[in-house]
Amino acid sequence: MEPLYQNLYEALGHVQGYIFPNEIDLQWGILIVVYPFITGLVAGAFILASLERVFNVKILKSTYQLALLTALSFLLVATLPLISHLSQPQRAYEIMITPHSSSAMAIFGFVYLWYLMVVLLLEIWFDYRHSMVVWSNEKTGAMRWVYRILTLGVNDISPRTVSWDRKLGYIITIVGIPSAFILHGYVGFIFGSIKANPWWSTPLMPIIFLFSAMVSGISMVMLIYMVINYFRKQSIKVEVLDSIGKFLFFVLILDFTLEALDQIHRIYVAEESFEIIQLLVSGKLYLTLFVSQGLIGTLIPLITLAFLQFYKGKIRLRKSLYFIVGILVLIGVYSMRWNVVIGGQLFSKSFSGFTSFKVGLIGIDGTLMAAFWLLLPFGILAFLLWLLPPWKMVEAEE
Amino acid sequence: MGTVKMSSSRRKFLKTAAMLAGATVGYTWLKSSNFLLYGAEPKDKSLPWYGIGIDIEKCIGCGNCAKACKKENDVPLEPFYFRNWVEQYTVKNDGSVDIVSPNGGIDGFVQRVPDDDIFKSFFVPKMCNHCAKSPCEQVCPVGATFLSPEGLVLIDEKYCIGCRYCVQACPYGCRFIHPVKKVANKCTFCYHRVKKGLDPACMEVCPTGARIYGNLRDPGSNIVKYLKEHTTHVLRPNLNTGSKLYYNALSSEVR
Repeated sequence: MEPLYQNLYEALGHVQGYIFPNEIDLQWGILIVVYPFITGLVAGAFILASLERVFNVKILKSTYQLALLTALSFLLVATLPLISHLSQPQRAYEIMITPHSSSAMAIFGFVYLWYLMVVLLLEIWFDYRHSMVVWSNEKTGAMRWVYRILTLGVNDISPRTVSWDRKLGYIITIVGIPSAFILHGYVGFIFGSIKANPWWSTPLMPIIFLFSAMVSGISMVMLIYMVINYFRKQSIKVEVLDSIGKFLFFVLILDFTLEALDQIHRIYVAEESFEIIQLLVSGKLYLTLFVSQGLIGTLIPLITLAFLQFYKGKIRLRKSLYFIVGILVLIGVYSMRWNVVIGGQLFSKSFSGFTSFKVGLIGIDGTLMAAFWLLLPFGILAFLLWLLPPWKMVEAEE
Repeated sequence: MGTVKMSSSRRKFLKTAAMLAGATVGYTWLKSSNFLLYGAEPKDKSLPWYGIGIDIEKCIGCGNCAKACKKENDVPLEPFYFRNWVEQYTVKNDGSVDIVSPNGGIDGFVQRVPDDDIFKSFFVPKMCNHCAKSPCEQVCPVGATFLSPEGLVLIDEKYCIGCRYCVQACPYGCRFIHPVKKVANKCTFCYHRVKKGLDPACMEVCPTGARIYGNLRDPGSNIVKYLKEHTTHVLRPNLNTGSKLYYNALSSEVR
């Protein structure tokens, strides 16, 4: 028997209650969990960078380029789990050349390209152009040419031109903030607009996705800042962590409030789907929702961050706490993506039963593949940090 | 300057104008809302606009429809892929509902609830509702799913990218990904037969005439007669999908 059928026969044995016969085959697996997680990191990291720039938070200057490059690394990977999940990946381009105007999904390619080409790449280019020109003059051999190509031939580094770089970069940042909001709010809309699925269908979905994206992106940049400075044997400034931590704290409060509001609303209005969702969250999603997302990913970080707002004692302890909080928040947001994507498919649209989900280790839909997509951005980031090291940037004279 | 009293004729004129404007707006709105029965306005009125009727009172749960559908449309025989299936509902005396559809009803049903516990039991055949405002058609990112001029929701298999968004969007569980073709699949209302003037396979094999269909635009058609004579319901009307599958004697337990 084919392995697909074998898995489905096995799943058939785990069905609880009644599900429509076509529902045994769960459509969106772990890759679709990874996709909004990665996109969220992009949007979150970018928003952190933008706020630093727009509000001129001097203390965060050392994380600015880091956040931008993190966003780019993850954005370059964001579409890959999606495309590899299609059953006809070779037709993926159809979504760009003949998009169906009424489909929420059809606009994805355009939102993505806008964000990649117009926002991220341009902003990074304006930010690095001056340095790249200087580097191309300093380096020898192939690297000289690499930087020369990257400058796109714009080699003028007169103060006037460099100040134009700054101005234009600033404008792109301003455009970029709503773009980042759109990028991830839109991912939420893909789920939130499915009226057939009561677990997804809520107008709060885009905004919940957005705030959880910010939470995850901020945590990721904070962690990367700590890890990179550790490896570069540079001091990890606790003031930087305090500053990011404070921002994370407020966004996490908002995120928690929104998600709580969503659940309270569900419980209070108790619509047709209430009973099945109640069974879902108290059963199949109990660990990932209440323990992983709620306790580990939200409450413990919230309490710790609240504590860190007042506690200004041992620096070592504070740094360790920030590190732990960063990791817990990422676990929480990943669980949130899991709960949305997988949770929404575990119960039948007949509201009368559950199917089951088992992730395999190998295969295009397996855990290893998902781990690969999650790790690949770090490889890209390492490359980008080597190519465009923020710590070697040329400071323009003000 | 004193107030100028509006002459009664002018007031009358304004009143009439307002009423006319209101009526026009109202009529336009109502006109666009006559989908309540017919799903939506067909574009080409010379073609039939199909509606389907399933009379639950007549269904005996033989599963012929599901079996014929698989045969006619080359649907994989594994019990995870159905364009057409039959559900058995058993409402027990304690109020709980037992729903089963073993192999989509193809092999028939065995009542597993003891007779003494049964309050009532009935069969509900399911298939694509061929919604006029179909959520699956709405979400398809490339337009591979489309509404035919006859009001049938069809899939262009050469165009589908296999994103599975339509499967998520269908509230009735009528879609699946074909395990061999690797594209979305669903009931086509046997378009290949209907176009030749033949009945869809499920309609042809139903021994009790529980399934009927016809042109909703034709006042003399079977379906219009059926709709006139029965109190019919669609599934999940709250979702406003413009379903054109009308059930007679639909019990509230059914979703």
